[in-house]
Amino acid sequence: MTDTFVIETRGLTKSYGNAEAVRELNLSVGAGHITAFLGRNGAGKSTTIKMLLGIIRPTAGEAVLLGTRIADLKGSRETRRRVAYVSEDKPLYRYMTAEQMIRFASSFYPDWRAADAKKLVKEYDLPLDRKVKSLSKGMRTKLALLLAFARRPDLLILDEPSEGLDPVGIEHLLRTLVARSAEGVSVFFSSHQIAEVERIADHVCILDKGCLLVDASLDQLRQFYRRIDLVFSSAPVEDKLRVPGVERIQTTGNQMTIFASWNAEEVIERANVLNATSVQVAPVGLRDIFLEMVKEE
Amino acid sequence: MFFTLTPTTGQPLYLQLMQQIRHAAETGTLQDGDQLPGVRTLAEELVVSPNTVVKAYCELEHEGLLELRQGSGAFVIGKRRTRSLADHVQAARKLIRDLIQQLREVGLLDEEIRRAFEAELLYPPEIAKKR
Repeated sequence: MTDTFVIETRGLTKSYGNAEAVRELNLSVGAGHITAFLGRNGAGKSTTIKMLLGIIRPTAGEAVLLGTRIADLKGSRETRRRVAYVSEDKPLYRYMTAEQMIRFASSFYPDWRAADAKKLVKEYDLPLDRKVKSLSKGMRTKLALLLAFARRPDLLILDEPSEGLDPVGIEHLLRTLVARSAEGVSVFFSSHQIAEVERIADHVCILDKGCLLVDASLDQLRQFYRRIDLVFSSAPVEDKLRVPGVERIQTTGNQMTIFASWNAEEVIERANVLNATSVQVAPVGLRDIFLEMVKEE
Repeated sequence: MFFTLTPTTGQPLYLQLMQQIRHAAETGTLQDGDQLPGVRTLAEELVVSPNTVVKAYCELEHEGLLELRQGSGAFVIGKRRTRSLADHVQAARKLIRDLIQQLREVGLLDEEIRRAFEAELLYPPEIAKKR
């Protein structure tokens, strides 16, 4: 295992009875990158994150977090000090005030930056004297984010950090992630907000039914993923266009739509040989890539 | 200086940023010796990954348009190259104008011409050369 990855999993599996929440996952998250973790509800994102953090135990396989195997209990306790984590359900002590919560959390972390916490309280407009239980969902998310952003970890793991935030809050969150990344913090976050992922992520992993479907840099996706619309004078034969890189072909009458994750040039070449009467090529946004990949066959 | 990156187009963000910096140098918005914002500042301003800015700056350094100085940021250099680039752009404009004129004469609609241009531009340079 090397320094170039902050998270590496091999064959990581979690089953509950007969149901496999995560199936033989091989994941590599690069150091110094902003990596997004996408997937539908129940795809296994939170389960994966919880296994990495030792909150639940894998059924099979192994994982390495910041160079330490998660099966090494003593070592991974040390490692977890270098990780800041914001969980999906943002658990906070409901009976404490926001201020008490901040003071309580700060006492656990040697990398706590009081000045940053103060600045964030102001930027988030957080009502310090209000009890956690009386805070709105968005404010609770902000408080949970503050507890992570006031630290200087090596790795930030955020499970749906933008949940409940208004557009201003989301913009602030994205800027903070960019700023931390510029300071050398590796960021791994799950999200359903594809437009935001598309702006700031270097790398994206798409999980579906516990399996990794896409593991690519956004530059690669932008450069190579293409939608090709073809029109023929008679009904075309799909197999003649099924070249490596073609993810999906849809044929309706004389028209055909092809999604290619790479190798669009060859598809076009073949379409020309087959005398297509119209060939149109367009890039595919992350939202469409996501929808295509997780579509039921 | 304003850069705008479009996440949904089929072009990597670092390439978009490179083009806009190049364009700013061509048009004189950026002059020889001008300093570009630091990686963190620009990344926060554009709300993009710092790696995008780093990659764009490094590639432009490689091209000879920028000089990266440790700790003090990126500076525009290579005025001569910039001027020749401006000449190229002007020549290209004329070529394209003539071509469009020809295509209109054979009866193509502007929308069809635009789509044809866009389709060709989607090929990476090394493949376009082979075709």
